[in-house]
Amino acid sequence: MQVVQQIFENGSFMTNSVITAAAEKTPPSVARKVRGLSDRAIAWIFVAPTIFLLLAINIFPLIWTVRLSFTDYRANRLNREVEWVGLRNYERILTDDGIWMNMQATAHFLVWTIVFQVLIGFALAYLINKKFKGSALWTTIIVLPMMLSPAVVGNFWTFLYQPQIGLINYMVEFFTGIPASSFSMLGSVELAPWAIVIVDTWMWTPFVMLICLAGLRSIPDYIYEAAEIDRASKWRQFWTITIPMVLPFLMLAVLFRGIENFKMFDLVVQLTGGGPGSITELASINLKREAFEKWRTGYSSAYAVILFVTIFGLASIYVKALNKVKAR
Amino acid sequence: MSAHSITEPSSGTKWIAGILVVGYAVVTLIPLLWIVATGFKTPADAISYPPKVVFDPTLEGYVNLFTTRTRVTPEQLEALPPPEGFAEEIVRSYGMVIAGPSRFGERFMNSVIIGFGSTFLSIFLGTLAAYAFSRFKIPLKDDLLFFILSTRMMPPIAVAIPIFLMYRELGLSDTHLGMILLYTAVNISLAVWLLKGFIDEIPREYEEAALIDGYTRFQAFYKVVLPQAATGIASTAIFCLIFAWNEYAFAVLLTSGTAQTAPPFIPTIIGVGGQDWPAVAAGATLFLLPVLVFTVLLRKHLLRGITFGAVRK
Amino acid sequence: MRNAFWLAAGVAALALTTGTSSAKSEELTLCWAAWDPANALVELSKEFEEQSGHTMRFEFVPWPNFADRMLNELNSGGQLCDLLIGDSQWIGGGAENGHYVKLNDFFEAEGISMDDFAPATVYAYSTWPKGEPNYYALPAMGDANGWFYRKDWFERPELQEAFQAEYGRPLAEPTTQRELMEVAKFFQGREIDGQTVYGVSIFTERGSEGITMGATGALYAWGFKYENEPGSYDMEGAVNSPEAIEALEFYKELYECCTPPGYTNAYMEQSLDAFKSGQVAMAMNWFAFFPGLYADPNTGGDKIDFFVNPPQNVPASTLGGQGISVVSYSDKQDAALEYIKWFAQPDVQAKWWALGGYSAHNSVLNDPGFVESQPFAGDFLEAMANVQDFWQEPTYAELLLAMQERLHNYIVADQGTAEEALNGLIEDWTEVFEDDGKL
Repeated sequence: MQVVQQIFENGSFMTNSVITAAAEKTPPSVARKVRGLSDRAIAWIFVAPTIFLLLAINIFPLIWTVRLSFTDYRANRLNREVEWVGLRNYERILTDDGIWMNMQATAHFLVWTIVFQVLIGFALAYLINKKFKGSALWTTIIVLPMMLSPAVVGNFWTFLYQPQIGLINYMVEFFTGIPASSFSMLGSVELAPWAIVIVDTWMWTPFVMLICLAGLRSIPDYIYEAAEIDRASKWRQFWTITIPMVLPFLMLAVLFRGIENFKMFDLVVQLTGGGPGSITELASINLKREAFEKWRTGYSSAYAVILFVTIFGLASIYVKALNKVKAR
Repeated sequence: MSAHSITEPSSGTKWIAGILVVGYAVVTLIPLLWIVATGFKTPADAISYPPKVVFDPTLEGYVNLFTTRTRVTPEQLEALPPPEGFAEEIVRSYGMVIAGPSRFGERFMNSVIIGFGSTFLSIFLGTLAAYAFSRFKIPLKDDLLFFILSTRMMPPIAVAIPIFLMYRELGLSDTHLGMILLYTAVNISLAVWLLKGFIDEIPREYEEAALIDGYTRFQAFYKVVLPQAATGIASTAIFCLIFAWNEYAFAVLLTSGTAQTAPPFIPTIIGVGGQDWPAVAAGATLFLLPVLVFTVLLRKHLLRGITFGAVRK
Repeated sequence: MRNAFWLAAGVAALALTTGTSSAKSEELTLCWAAWDPANALVELSKEFEEQSGHTMRFEFVPWPNFADRMLNELNSGGQLCDLLIGDSQWIGGGAENGHYVKLNDFFEAEGISMDDFAPATVYAYSTWPKGEPNYYALPAMGDANGWFYRKDWFERPELQEAFQAEYGRPLAEPTTQRELMEVAKFFQGREIDGQTVYGVSIFTERGSEGITMGATGALYAWGFKYENEPGSYDMEGAVNSPEAIEALEFYKELYECCTPPGYTNAYMEQSLDAFKSGQVAMAMNWFAFFPGLYADPNTGGDKIDFFVNPPQNVPASTLGGQGISVVSYSDKQDAALEYIKWFAQPDVQAKWWALGGYSAHNSVLNDPGFVESQPFAGDFLEAMANVQDFWQEPTYAELLLAMQERLHNYIVADQGTAEEALNGLIEDWTEVFEDDGKL
């Protein structure tokens, strides 16, 4: 996972990292001479509580999860004997067709939300970067949905999506003439996977937009000026300067959205609860059912382990690609 | 015309860009405006078709949000003393009386207590750790920092299984303390990473001058670094608060009443026979409003906050 | 900034001190679902507060979240609820996992006899293992799934005539499931008073128990059985019998032909909404809602009437209802038992029925005036005589969720056939029972 670290440590995203670099170089010798607790002691006193808290509430539970994943433990059956089942839970999960369906639903959601958010987010950033009057104000307005509670907003979207009284169906009828009560965005097998993509795109496009905007603004004017002098067309400038320079930023945005949407729970659980049938039952929703409704604790621990191994695995492959792009 | 450089977009381009962006902003705002508007509708107006854009505003949704009501017979209603205040009047017009306060106030307060409590703890611990990471040589520093960040990648549901078991053993299920500790653990990665960035930007010379003046390291931290980092700490705090405020997965799994926050509660607001959309919308409006205000206050540091300090402007 | 810090510190400190409640409190918390009868219980309990000096607090959770929240609460050993009116299927888990206090000694000491309550309710709400004299709850609320319809529409001469012409019999309360579908088809898409109306609203909810509770209404009426021999867990040929397949196909057809658009995830609330907003001619729902429906100013009174779940091969209704239990994690168990003692008294039970709660006490049900006391009282007695319940095993949640998924996939998401759905269900259930060591 060293690679993920690099993108965060590497200064290329940090346009004002000069100060940081300067600070790192100052030798700490001055500090050592002074009285009071030694720096070493202070360092440990300052860091220890954080590390302790994370060990207690993240690492210890993680180890416990791994341990439980080899048992048939059920958290709702206290008087039942717990048995070691070896890799049986893993075997059952990996050969379960239902779980592969959930993975497909997750992949569909992941891919399409990223596609739409990147396209719309980049386009918006590109337009805002034209620095028209009031662009700062409108940027702030556009950003609002992303800061709100997904559960509360998701719940309200079920109202907007109602076939007979909802605003969305009404607008569709108004603009296309398709009767509002003839389709149900959240209830139909064909439409529900798209209904959740729409809401997530509405919420998170501003996130991609903000990062793209930072990328666009990091491109120095002189590069375009040089291109102008070389008589490169605007179209060519866009593909040879803008896109390559923004790409690392865009890829970072995709990484963040990818991790977040792989974990997606709150928004979709409020919108569809995984239905109709199991069409929109994303991995986290399915995991919640197994762990907290069916109470198959051992089984769902194995499921959880598989999920975060997958997330870390995909993320590290991706970061390798990202580092290559940045190195260019 | 010759005043601006060749990279400056033409005014025509600006107009087109402006119109498109404003168009998007307006469309994206419709759902939010609809929430606010629905909060001021009567239940009948809220579910009328076609949807009503113009309507007589009423506070019924807010009254229903904050009260529980019971139906009484017309005879009983007749016998009652005249209604006190507008709330009573609205409720009586439906043949009901106010039976008491609803749970919304409690749930909202839970959100406030848990939100502020965990934010305070995250910032307190995070500032200390960030300062140490920024200024001192710590063995395996990069690994520790990355470890702190990686805790944020785990799906909440996956972590919730053992936390559920642990909290059950410790009696922390459905308590404010349990939720504050949990949200602190989730937020601390963000706090450490953001605050380290902010503290890195404070020149070391300030502290070193203070140390030479006879301050202890701790005094230098307290009297020199903290005031310098105040803006950074404030924006980090707001980010932590927004996260804790919006969090749903842990709240729905680990709380059932005493410490339940507003996000799992608001979707379960129901009226007498059917979901009471104006009351839900009223609750959502009150709940989302603080975040809207914070977002506007934060706009300069927004990018930094959402990318864990990876992108700074 | 400093001020903000102190504010936050103060709030955090406050949170730490208020986090634990004092053990001496006489404030009892009763947990139940948020629905009409719960409001009646609040009214009823005022008398208990006066007599005992305890104060009652109520935690009512909406149905879609009720099981989830409450089972989570029990499994986490939570102390939110001192008294819990838990769903009938929870009794197995409540007893075996020690969530509920066993009430036998208490009943004996206080002279409360289970013979005073309707046998079907004692069997379903109180006993574990089923039918054994081990009581973990007192029957609190009898309930079953029934039907109601727009009597005013049924009585319109022009509709009467049209129906007679089409089906060769008068438009009336259906007496079989097939008749019910015919009536539903008759109303589907019809214009009444300028509004398009639909046939029925039925349960299709995916998340908790909705579609199972709805579809079993048809399954039981066709003669569906969970096992070939009770207690054998032998399901092949019972769960997927030809009758069961026919019943499931029927329910899917009913969903497709005759429900309002968008009712893909509908349970109690949506069923009530559809009926009260004048969209449907008939609707299914629990008897618990009938007093409220009858009192509704727009669609109640002489516009509504009720009927018991129509038989097809056999008379049968899906059981609802709950018993009241004392939660074993509560530190106010004595006060909680006092409440149950008070609640079990015949005069309190009579008042309970009068306020809109379905008492299961014989003194209420056998009262000569009972059948006439409400327009649905007779239907209620008829329904309770033939109720069937879902599995009550400690693994009930897994069994239920498997059925929810299989049914929703087949009926709403239109995947596979009824036979495949039921075969799949046997597979799922077998796995659950194997994991549990029952097979």
